Amino acid sequence: MKYEAVIGLEIHCELKTNTKIFCGCETGFGGDQNTHVCPVCLGLPGVLPTINKRVVEFGIKAGLATNCTINKFSKFDRKNYYYPDLPKNWQTSQYDLPIAEHGWVDIDVEGEKKRVRLTRIHMEEDAGKLVHSGNTIKDSASSNVDYNRTGVPLLEIVSEPDMHTAEEARTYMEKIKAIMEYIDVSNCRMEEGNLRADVNVSIRPVGSKELGTRTEMKNINSFKSLVDAIDYEIDRQTEVLEDGGHIVQETRTWDPNRGITLSMRSKEDAHDYRYMPEPDLPPIVTTDEQIEAYRKELPELPDARRERLEKEYGLSDYDAGVITSSRPMAEYFDEVVAGGADAKLAANWIMGELAKHLNAENKTIVDSPVEPARLAAMIQMITKGTISSKIAKTVFEEMWTSKDAPEEIVKAKGLVQITDTKAIEEIVDKVIADNPKPVEDYKSGNKKAIGALVGQVMKQSKGKANPQMVNQLLAQKLG
Amino acid sequence: MKVTKEDIQNVAGLSRLAIPDTETDVYIAQLGGFLEYVENLKEIDTEGVAPTTYALPMQNVFREDVVKPSLDREAALSNAPMKEDGYFKVPRVLEE
Repeated sequence: MKYEAVIGLEIHCELKTNTKIFCGCETGFGGDQNTHVCPVCLGLPGVLPTINKRVVEFGIKAGLATNCTINKFSKFDRKNYYYPDLPKNWQTSQYDLPIAEHGWVDIDVEGEKKRVRLTRIHMEEDAGKLVHSGNTIKDSASSNVDYNRTGVPLLEIVSEPDMHTAEEARTYMEKIKAIMEYIDVSNCRMEEGNLRADVNVSIRPVGSKELGTRTEMKNINSFKSLVDAIDYEIDRQTEVLEDGGHIVQETRTWDPNRGITLSMRSKEDAHDYRYMPEPDLPPIVTTDEQIEAYRKELPELPDARRERLEKEYGLSDYDAGVITSSRPMAEYFDEVVAGGADAKLAANWIMGELAKHLNAENKTIVDSPVEPARLAAMIQMITKGTISSKIAKTVFEEMWTSKDAPEEIVKAKGLVQITDTKAIEEIVDKVIADNPKPVEDYKSGNKKAIGALVGQVMKQSKGKANPQMVNQLLAQKLG
Repeated sequence: MKVTKEDIQNVAGLSRLAIPDTETDVYIAQLGGFLEYVENLKEIDTEGVAPTTYALPMQNVFREDVVKPSLDREAALSNAPMKEDGYFKVPRVLEE
């Protein structure tokens, strides 16, 4: 039987506020354990939480940027469960009146546009971190708890089960990441856990409308793990069903080292969160005027920016998609173009050489040693014919390791393109004399043979001859 | 509402409490009495009344996003039954 997967994501996005959601403790990553804590986030008796205004602002903006309806009356609720990373024994979250609901984002998978609906976006507090004494949580006799992260504000972005492949899930999560970066509500650093997903996966026979039993994998914190975990889980569930078994609804953990998912807890019926309205926090009432004011503050979003790059600069849909997939890259591109570079060449260089160099050194575009201004200057030199694209690669290589301007590099290394007809002609004559075979081929009708001759001229000029002139002169001389 | 032995064990389980069978009758009576009292509310006609989500006539109580000093770690840990290297120490957390 052929099966199809049904996938839904709950993405937790840590907000870039200065302070926690209900107290004035700082949110910075990497502080010494239990140094960003106070009576409120430690849940000591008698304390009162107060909502951080900026969290509400970020929640509304995230909702607007994902086409949600903003709930003008929203409130917090207590989600009760016992786990030592939660000092109050409940997580302050939102239940039936989240800040935003019923949104959608569009994703592109293999050239096809697909809409993923958002069920809701709600605000909540993050939990603390457990450090286990044993190798795994299961063989630890005790655990140590750091409450620095407790109370750090999160948005939980819940999708409908609208995805069917690991690739769709990855693209969706990338889109959410891009939007949160664009509207500047989160640093979205996955390696620091700013963005993590709980993934629900089930499978059903192709054509069936009924949903199969799902499993949930918690705290997936890289795109690679997301794809690997989903693919593994689809295979595992398919195998279970094909062997005549049935899927157990459970939480599983993804082990990236072994590349498998493992059962964590199967007592799903024990999950009774007994939500109740948070009696310590008054409701949040938002007016249409406030919502519109927040909407006006939103920057140009990825989809709109992509469309603009296509219309304004004639970039292909694919290129515009890659360039706008992250805000820093889109801004880098804009700066290169503002610096006078041809837009298509700018896109090619950013997606080609620059991306290659960044990947090789595990750098992000923000830390690029080649600044937009220098790349723009170099691209202008190509457009003007001062250097060839081939030489430009050498120049780029130099810029990567030095602070020199491209003009200086070209001058110092003698890389200026030869556009002097005489100089090129000399080389052309020599190449024609030294290569009778391709010359003969060309003359007897094999026009492609000119390629070998052009190659020879370029080689002898060390890449500096202007290729158009070489082509022209060769064609002339060979009649 | 009739409270059963299973209800008591379920609620106790959710609260991580171990209640021996010999004591369940006590709690059936206590919890039952409490719920019975709350049942009185059912006699009020709430047709057309919006559910209360907050008891006081207040809304939009916010604070600015400004950092305030945190507790000293020593003070934060001073009431902890167990601690280690600046951490709160807790018994193993995963049930079988």
